[in-house]
Amino acid sequence: MSREDEKNSINMLEEGIYISPKFEKDLLPEFELSREFFEEIYSMPGGEKVKECIQCGTCSGSCPSSYLMDHSPRQIFAMIRAGMRKEVLESNTMWYCTSCYYCYVRCPAGIKITDVMYALKRFALKDKDMKVPDNRPVRFMECFSAMVKRYGRNCEAIFTILYYLSTNPFRMLKHAVMGIKLFIRGRMPLIPKKIKGADDVKKLMEYVEEMER
Amino acid sequence: MIKYAYYPGCSLESTNKAYDISFRAIMYHLGIAMKDIDDWNCCGATAYISLSENMAFTVSARNLAIAEKSGATDVIAPCAACYLTLRKAHEYMMEYPEIYAQVNSALNKIGLSYEGTIKVKSPLEVIIDDVGLDKVRIAVTNPLKGLKVACYYGCQLVRPRHVFDDPEEPVKFEELMKTIGADPVYFPFRVRCCGSSTILTYEQQALRMSKNVLLSAKREGADIIATACPLCQINLDAYQRRIEKEFKIKLNMPVVFFSQLVGLALNYKYKEMALDKSIVSPKKVLEPYLHSQEEVKEGK
Repeated sequence: MSREDEKNSINMLEEGIYISPKFEKDLLPEFELSREFFEEIYSMPGGEKVKECIQCGTCSGSCPSSYLMDHSPRQIFAMIRAGMRKEVLESNTMWYCTSCYYCYVRCPAGIKITDVMYALKRFALKDKDMKVPDNRPVRFMECFSAMVKRYGRNCEAIFTILYYLSTNPFRMLKHAVMGIKLFIRGRMPLIPKKIKGADDVKKLMEYVEEMER
Repeated sequence: MIKYAYYPGCSLESTNKAYDISFRAIMYHLGIAMKDIDDWNCCGATAYISLSENMAFTVSARNLAIAEKSGATDVIAPCAACYLTLRKAHEYMMEYPEIYAQVNSALNKIGLSYEGTIKVKSPLEVIIDDVGLDKVRIAVTNPLKGLKVACYYGCQLVRPRHVFDDPEEPVKFEELMKTIGADPVYFPFRVRCCGSSTILTYEQQALRMSKNVLLSAKREGADIIATACPLCQINLDAYQRRIEKEFKIKLNMPVVFFSQLVGLALNYKYKEMALDKSIVSPKKVLEPYLHSQEEVKEGK
């Protein structure tokens, strides 16, 4: 750094941080930031570690789907700490998480990143004002829990059919050949078995739902 | 009293019956008794935890509670997703007293409770650590000499914690394959994700991830991929034709469960190990070992 640059940077520091007009429109007014959001994440099991994020980017580098995300995991943590609730909960980041736990084991700050992603999904679903970018993962979870509530177990064939019917029935045709191949090999039993304790499982699920309401 | 309680999981009941059949057979062969968890329910996999953390832990804990009540100390969960979900429920209950209290208050409603004495184990862990490789070595009568096996761990078997093996550089699967006479092939994508359930939601992404795994194994000269996760098997096997079409490559890589290969080495027949249930047939690759089997029979 030349002496001239050094002088300039000192001047900049004295004047306050300089923001180029190009980025000014991206800045959020303070009233849109939410401290409660950070507290929410902070209070979940293991969530206190979020404070210790050093923004190293190991999570983003390890993530097999970060190239598809609106904001990479590293950015998400910066945004959580800044209190950008709406931006975080409306992003597609957590929906692309495949729970491979690569970031989780590598994080030098010991943040349970995968758990935070699950938590973000829950917050996004709970808040009706938040627009979930894609309804497919939501349908996936709904069909899954409907199956288990009814039968106590998940019958994969019926679940897949239910899921495609609720999202895009035409995509089912694409998989027809594969379905038949699996069926021939006895890998697609079409009749779901109901377990004896199905009512117990339903009772458990409803009890928890009631408690969290 | 039987030490091991067995938790097959939904996928082993339907799409991956082969894993169930072969694993039960080799456990029987190795003289390990196990008893199914009575009336087990779905563990919830990754779906519930995205809806409600408590729901996920409670539903999983019902299985652990039943196993505990029956007097078992270990639960064997062959599906990697079940293994992780059950273990996570147990660990979080032990780590956070508030979760422990909440889950038990829900379980009490249906007359159950979970104290926390259960250890959740994967089949590889039971065979390698509990039974021991020496015992397996003695039992092998049809060593799979020269078979180049790519050992695919996937994600949820070794992560997030260092329980059974290293989360990034595991070695035990390869050791088991060496024990049954096969030649394990190291390939870089062996602990990478196959895309798991995103195959239904974001298909393109999952296909790409599976392609990487298959291609990586192919490049290292593997004859066959062995896995210990039913989701990986479905993605790599059933979707392989789609992947070939989508990315215009030729793969033809059979994907089987490790237990099927172990069973073959213990001189079970091709059909007994349900190897004919794979979509990409492993028959051609396994031919040499089937032939020697018949010879042994004729010799007798």
